[in-house]
Amino acid sequence: MKKTISNFIMYIILILVSITMLVPFVWMFLTAFKTVSETMQIDPFVIIPKVWQVQNFENVIKAMDFVRLYANTLGMVGLRILFAVVTASLSGYAFARLNFKGKNVMFALVLFQMMIPVQLFIIPQYVMVSNLHLTNSIMGLVFPGIVSAFGTFLLRQAFLQLPRDLEEAARLDGCNIPQTFMYIMAPLTRSAMVALGIFTAVFAYKDLMWPMIVAPDNRATTLASALAKMNGQYQQKYPELMMAALISCVPMIILYIIFQKQFIEGIATSGGKL
Amino acid sequence: MKKKITAREKSEFFWGWIFILPTMLGLIVLNIYPMIDTIKQSFCKMGDFGRGSQFVGLDNYKKVLGDSEVWQALWNTIKYAIIEVPFSVVIALLLAVLLNKKIKGRSMFRTIFFLPMVVAPAAIAMVWKWLYNSNFGLINNIFHIKVNWLSNPNLAIYSLAIIGIWSVLGYNMVLFLAGLQEVPKDYYEAAALDGANGFNQLIHITVPLISPTIFFVLVTRIIGAMQVFDLIYMMIDLNNPAWKKTESLVFLFYKYSFEQNKKGYGATVVVVLLVVIMILTVIQLIGQKKWVHYE
Repeated sequence: MKKTISNFIMYIILILVSITMLVPFVWMFLTAFKTVSETMQIDPFVIIPKVWQVQNFENVIKAMDFVRLYANTLGMVGLRILFAVVTASLSGYAFARLNFKGKNVMFALVLFQMMIPVQLFIIPQYVMVSNLHLTNSIMGLVFPGIVSAFGTFLLRQAFLQLPRDLEEAARLDGCNIPQTFMYIMAPLTRSAMVALGIFTAVFAYKDLMWPMIVAPDNRATTLASALAKMNGQYQQKYPELMMAALISCVPMIILYIIFQKQFIEGIATSGGKL
Repeated sequence: MKKKITAREKSEFFWGWIFILPTMLGLIVLNIYPMIDTIKQSFCKMGDFGRGSQFVGLDNYKKVLGDSEVWQALWNTIKYAIIEVPFSVVIALLLAVLLNKKIKGRSMFRTIFFLPMVVAPAAIAMVWKWLYNSNFGLINNIFHIKVNWLSNPNLAIYSLAIIGIWSVLGYNMVLFLAGLQEVPKDYYEAAALDGANGFNQLIHITVPLISPTIFFVLVTRIIGAMQVFDLIYMMIDLNNPAWKKTESLVFLFYKYSFEQNKKGYGATVVVVLLVVIMILTVIQLIGQKKWVHYE
């Protein structure tokens, strides 16, 4: 009996928290299909739009060129993942499994970078990007994410967990170091690479300050920074604003629901950097 | 006796450096040099009419210490963190304890709580600004209240902290769930036999056993909260009366460096932020000896 009651209370709590987590998204969705006058009406207060304003979608897509924004965001995310995974696997392997002079000092540098707030890098990074004439370009957006100290740390942990015998066996079979890395060891850290990929994608997609600074042009910027711009321009036109927010987060939410296990574990194992 | 260098050692040295070279070059160019340069710039001032920067010694720091806007921003940031961090940690811990049992819908709840973590803060800020709207917002109209969530200068920073809690709850919870996996089940069985109730079990068994995880979450969350920017930038516009009471340090850094092009002063603000974060972290590292138990 006592157990049933405590179970009941537990479910009530979990359901209440779930509602709190979901309401903002539901409200975003409902508002996106309303008319402006429906959003400015309190007596009666409109919850569900009378007629679903599908043209809000077309208006917003036209006004902000979302195809372009998606292409930019995807380009930035894709390249950052590629660079981060390649460079971090190489360095992660070296730090985990090779012995060489200077290794500890270099690894200390990696750890040190992880502890410094990113704002300390931004002004000089911006100056470099503008000297290289990369403002308003995909490479400018990618720039600070070409290498990943955090990814190096994550992949090093993954390589440390692999059994030593594998490497010995490969060596006895005549594999040199790059071959051992490429064919034997790297494929075994696939799940850590996926975790790093997801982390990199989420981090880059969410970032606001860097794209605002380095790609201020409407046609060159990312989803997050375009939302910030609209937010300033549209003021009270909430249906359009919510439609824009919806368009920019639905694909990520769908990906998340499909790959939720990888997402949650990926971000959780990568710990603390978001 | 001189050690002979084997072929293997030579090869490890060679390939080791080749493998770390891209990462290390990147870190030096993209992080180490910029960090030194930012600190250097905090001692400089941009010359007039596009002339290069001039060394001005401690002038920027003197100015920062006397700048009431910086002090207010520091205080705003601390207020935000004081609300966001403890609430998001305690609520997340309780939720993690509930979800650590084998219950129906466990993974569904976990998925829902974690959801804000995969959405851009820009989009989250927009919808919350709309929820908080004092005339037409959902919150005021559902509860029939009239609260100026974002334009009351005494309230706005806490309204922002609520969004911070909402955003990060699921993430903290997932980290705690991972920590709870390590706690042996028989500890609880023994405690139940001794007659300890759920609350006592939480305080005397769960918290001490996952104290390293709690410590990690606290340290990283405080660092994160001290860098709050996106929410404030998106939700508080220039004509909001709560403007001065919500500006954070990173917001000031952005404003000085990129809107007013006073990069030297912006650099000084961010160095101050670094120092504050380092002090908070060191305090926690010292304090942890009293309550964090490593096995």
